[in-house]
Amino acid sequence: MFTKTITYIGRRTIDFTAEVGRGFIMFGHTLSWSIRPPFNLRNIFQQMEAIGVNSLPVVVIMAMFTGMVLAIQTYTGFKRFNAENFMGTVVALSITRELGPVLTGLIVAGRAGAAMAAELGTMRVTEQIDALVTLATNPIKYLVVPRFLAGFLMLPLLTAVADFIGIIGGYLIAVHLLDANPVIYIRMTTKYVELNDIYGGLLKAGVFGIIISTVSCYKGFYTQGGAEGVGKATTGAVVLSMMLVLIANYFLAALLFR
Amino acid sequence: MRGTFWVIEIINLHKSFNNHHVLCGANLRVERGETMVVIGGSGSGKSVLIKHVIGLLTPDEGSVVVDGVDISHLREKDLNEFRKKYGMLFQAAALFDSLTVWENVGFGLMQHTSLSKDEIWEIAKRKLEMVGLKGNEDLMPSELSGGMRKRVGLARAIAMEPEIILYDEPTTGLDPIMADAINDLIVEMKKRLNVTAIAITHDMVSAYKIGDRIAMLYDGKILEVGTPDEIKKSANPVVQQFITGSSVGPIRTV
Repeated sequence: MFTKTITYIGRRTIDFTAEVGRGFIMFGHTLSWSIRPPFNLRNIFQQMEAIGVNSLPVVVIMAMFTGMVLAIQTYTGFKRFNAENFMGTVVALSITRELGPVLTGLIVAGRAGAAMAAELGTMRVTEQIDALVTLATNPIKYLVVPRFLAGFLMLPLLTAVADFIGIIGGYLIAVHLLDANPVIYIRMTTKYVELNDIYGGLLKAGVFGIIISTVSCYKGFYTQGGAEGVGKATTGAVVLSMMLVLIANYFLAALLFR
Repeated sequence: MRGTFWVIEIINLHKSFNNHHVLCGANLRVERGETMVVIGGSGSGKSVLIKHVIGLLTPDEGSVVVDGVDISHLREKDLNEFRKKYGMLFQAAALFDSLTVWENVGFGLMQHTSLSKDEIWEIAKRKLEMVGLKGNEDLMPSELSGGMRKRVGLARAIAMEPEIILYDEPTTGLDPIMADAINDLIVEMKKRLNVTAIAITHDMVSAYKIGDRIAMLYDGKILEVGTPDEIKKSANPVVQQFITGSSVGPIRTV
């Protein structure tokens, strides 16, 4: 019983270490292939469309309602100590620094991350990745690099849209529903929100893009075991990238916004 | 040439997965221009063997020598140069399902040559014609039947004018007539393109039809190699049991 437990812990530790190592090796290969020509622009644009353009409606709706609910909540909260004037500041800061990048990251992890893992996983189990290799094509370069670059580029763009829409959503509710003074609302927004708040959020989003695309491609690329394996890889990709996004978010926030 | 020059040599190949020893010292020599059929039961390691020949797997021990070069220890860049000499037909064809039929066939040309899109389309069209799929260039792989997919896979395998073609169970999953059509195609490819081929299969009809020689893989080793006639007359009980398809004999069925 005792040795069994030890064996179990040992095996899990080795498996875990091996997996993390393999992940970082793949990340390294991805980085080095990313900067080496030729660049497969067609695949990169396809992925930018899949990750960015196709996520846009969800991100817009998410940002709009987040901004709206933020306005209501800060209003009811701040009203208790007569600080309604700061609504604009709080809404804008929350969105640009945290909610914009994080919620966008989570949405993209759920949408595009799942799609990446499922697609690469299916390609793995149907031997399409092997077929690429037999056609003398490096699968990291052909499949992973475009997704990686697209994730890294599109997450900040989506976040910028989310920031903008979120602030508008907050404004609409504050001014039209809660009768805030529009001039004060806008002034309080622009006065206290600095460009660094926005840049910091976009930088975080870029890191989230790297995390999501790397984790999802990794999970898909090393899928084993048929349809069930693809399902597991997809779930694993979404769960792990969401976890890592949230964890990385804390450390980035601690680092960037002190 | 017979006996003097070997285009593919598999030497003492060992491979295990998770402590399961799949190949334990397999040796096989394939001559230039011949079609070698490797037969063996499901899970006997045929696929593992053929994947070593194109560098999809690296041996734990032993080597694969192609044209005098040990490919099992090449760097990826050099290995890719070698792979351009190959074409491989996968069991379920492994067509790229995000690309059209002609893009699948022209994939290697798109990646490795500076030919224009129109030129590649022309070549793809010709190759598709060779496998009897004229006029299907713009379909997506999901719109094809199993036999058509294999044909497209074959067209893709021959698109780069390979010197070596690997067939992974070319007739598995096809009805007998379609299987025979694929066999005919394989024989025709050999005649027209003068390629060296390795096919793995457990379909004996196909093995006799396409094989110049047949090798039996059993227990991780090549048990016997011979022409179809020699194999038919083999005195080895394992070989006899396999080629006659009997559940009674030395091969364990469970």
